[in-house]
Amino acid sequence: MTVSTTNTVPVPPGLVIAPQLPDLLATVEIRRGVLGFLRNHPVVAIGGALLLCLVLIGIFAPYLGTVDPTALAPAKRTRAPSADFWFGTDALGRDIYSRVLYGARVSLTVGLSVALLASLAGLAIGLVAGFVRWADGILMRFMDGLMSIPPILLAVALMALTRGSVGNVILAITVAEVPRVTRLVRGVVLSLREQPYVDAAIASGTRTPMIILRHILPNTLAPMLVQATYICASAMIVESILSFIGAGTPPTIPSWGNIMAEGRALWQVKPFIVFFPAAFLSVTVLAVNLVGDGLRDALDPRMAKGL
Amino acid sequence: MSAPLLQVNDLKKHFPVRGGLFSRKSNWVYAVDGVSFEVERGETLSLVGESGCGKSTVGRAILRLFDITAGQVVLDGQRIDGLSPRNLLGMRRRVQVVFQDPFSSLNPRMRVRDILAEPIRNFGLAKSSAELEARVLALMDTVRLPRDVLDRRPHEFSGGQRQRIGIARALAAEPELIVCDEAVSALDVSVKAQIVNLLQDLQREFGLALLFISHDLAIVEHMTHRVAVMYLGKIVEMAPKQTIFSAPKHPYTRALLSAVPVPEPGATRSPTVLKGDVPSPINPPSGCRFHTRCPFVFDRCRTEEPEFRLAGDGEWVACHLDALPELPGPPGDPRPVPPNSTPVE
Repeated sequence: MTVSTTNTVPVPPGLVIAPQLPDLLATVEIRRGVLGFLRNHPVVAIGGALLLCLVLIGIFAPYLGTVDPTALAPAKRTRAPSADFWFGTDALGRDIYSRVLYGARVSLTVGLSVALLASLAGLAIGLVAGFVRWADGILMRFMDGLMSIPPILLAVALMALTRGSVGNVILAITVAEVPRVTRLVRGVVLSLREQPYVDAAIASGTRTPMIILRHILPNTLAPMLVQATYICASAMIVESILSFIGAGTPPTIPSWGNIMAEGRALWQVKPFIVFFPAAFLSVTVLAVNLVGDGLRDALDPRMAKGL
Repeated sequence: MSAPLLQVNDLKKHFPVRGGLFSRKSNWVYAVDGVSFEVERGETLSLVGESGCGKSTVGRAILRLFDITAGQVVLDGQRIDGLSPRNLLGMRRRVQVVFQDPFSSLNPRMRVRDILAEPIRNFGLAKSSAELEARVLALMDTVRLPRDVLDRRPHEFSGGQRQRIGIARALAAEPELIVCDEAVSALDVSVKAQIVNLLQDLQREFGLALLFISHDLAIVEHMTHRVAVMYLGKIVEMAPKQTIFSAPKHPYTRALLSAVPVPEPGATRSPTVLKGDVPSPINPPSGCRFHTRCPFVFDRCRTEEPEFRLAGDGEWVACHLDALPELPGPPGDPRPVPPNSTPVE
């Protein structure tokens, strides 16, 4: 350890000069932009990268060495994974690799659409409930009623009323997820309304629509974004469950849920039929949850790490 | 003499207490229960009292942040308590607010530039974007903040700097009255002094009237012209600063003043310590609201509510006693005056 010698003042004998401390602050580098954000929040980066891979797989499924996922080949049924059939074939001889890759489309479409629709609907209803006193009671009791039904049961019931299609699956799961967003948004709006800066804005003549747009909405987005990722993950699981019990995506469209459902009977002898779609589902949900957890830490200053 | 800038007549604000099944309105909190006062142009009136006495509610009622239960709020001869939102805008410009907490009184997602521009835009005070920019820059100079921080967000500032931004936002509307709701209570002592001095300078410069809501009597004594003391939703005494600090006429004022620490080593104090807690504003005591804790209570206080009467030159008091009995201790000023002490300021 070297002692600073730049000091020209004569040092009285017996006086100990503190050794120069390493400049701790110099190592703190402020990172800006998207790349900087991802470097500061590796969890978001890992989850985001996984998710991006899966989205790309879904989009480019036809070009990734797949065959028609619905083509039957009774002669080649229940083959184990091999060079010809990477993930094996199912009980009807269909290529599981192709079916799993095409199935990613269903899961991702359902997950992202439900997250988007439920967030928008929940945001709208939550804002009304938070701002309009008389509507609050009615809306929230209705939401409580919806929440008292388990989301899967509610989605099954809604699917029973309609034809099985991806669009209907999205709508059914959205209805089941909206109350949670509404709750969150209403709570945030009620607390934001009491903030002095909202009172100050009212005092400085800002009208209610601008109060909502300028002061309430921007501060609602962060918690809502985090909630949206959890809804996305939850929606993908519910979609699989619906398909698994035959109440969701029609069997003509391969989805991870119905691939697993068809492989269920053969689980003990041909486990690979169930294994591959299940693994893909788990990794996708994990990726989405990693993004959500990371965003929560990144957007909530109280839980900030490494700052 | 012309009409006062702000006149508050018998202002009442009762909040419902909801409870039980189906949120029935089971009770009322009498937060403010018949408060009257006036604020002249360029004057500072301080509203002091314990936590929960209703002083902030008075401030928020004047700002029309909610509808009042009864009474009148008159700004420059015009009643503003019943104005429709459309007609309210002009009045809003004339009365602005500075809040206590400099951390929650600024939107964390807005840049200083936008925070200051908001009132200017709302009230149409700038005709062009160049004028808007000029006004924003001038505001930064007025509150003595550097001009180059306009694009920063509130979290990049210290508490004192944020409070300056809050004051600049209030000034942006070119108000005649600023309600300072505990505007310096959350600040460090040194920063507090800076902000108080800034407020005083601005008052002189722009002829602002201030309604200074505070529980800090030392600050109040430093900067106010008149003081109104509130207890449980009512004003118990209102008088010019010199009068109220040297010869309080209400026992509650006396107790409040005697609790102010004296910044003088060895100074003897004879604090009048009140017994018990403040009664609940849901169920205020009958008669004089202070009778449960008053050292001079007698029968009449328990049944008959004292009238808020003129008791001298600009002195108003609500007490059945004409003169307060002396307590053992130094006579006169309830606070001991150390030798050779000079008045503040």
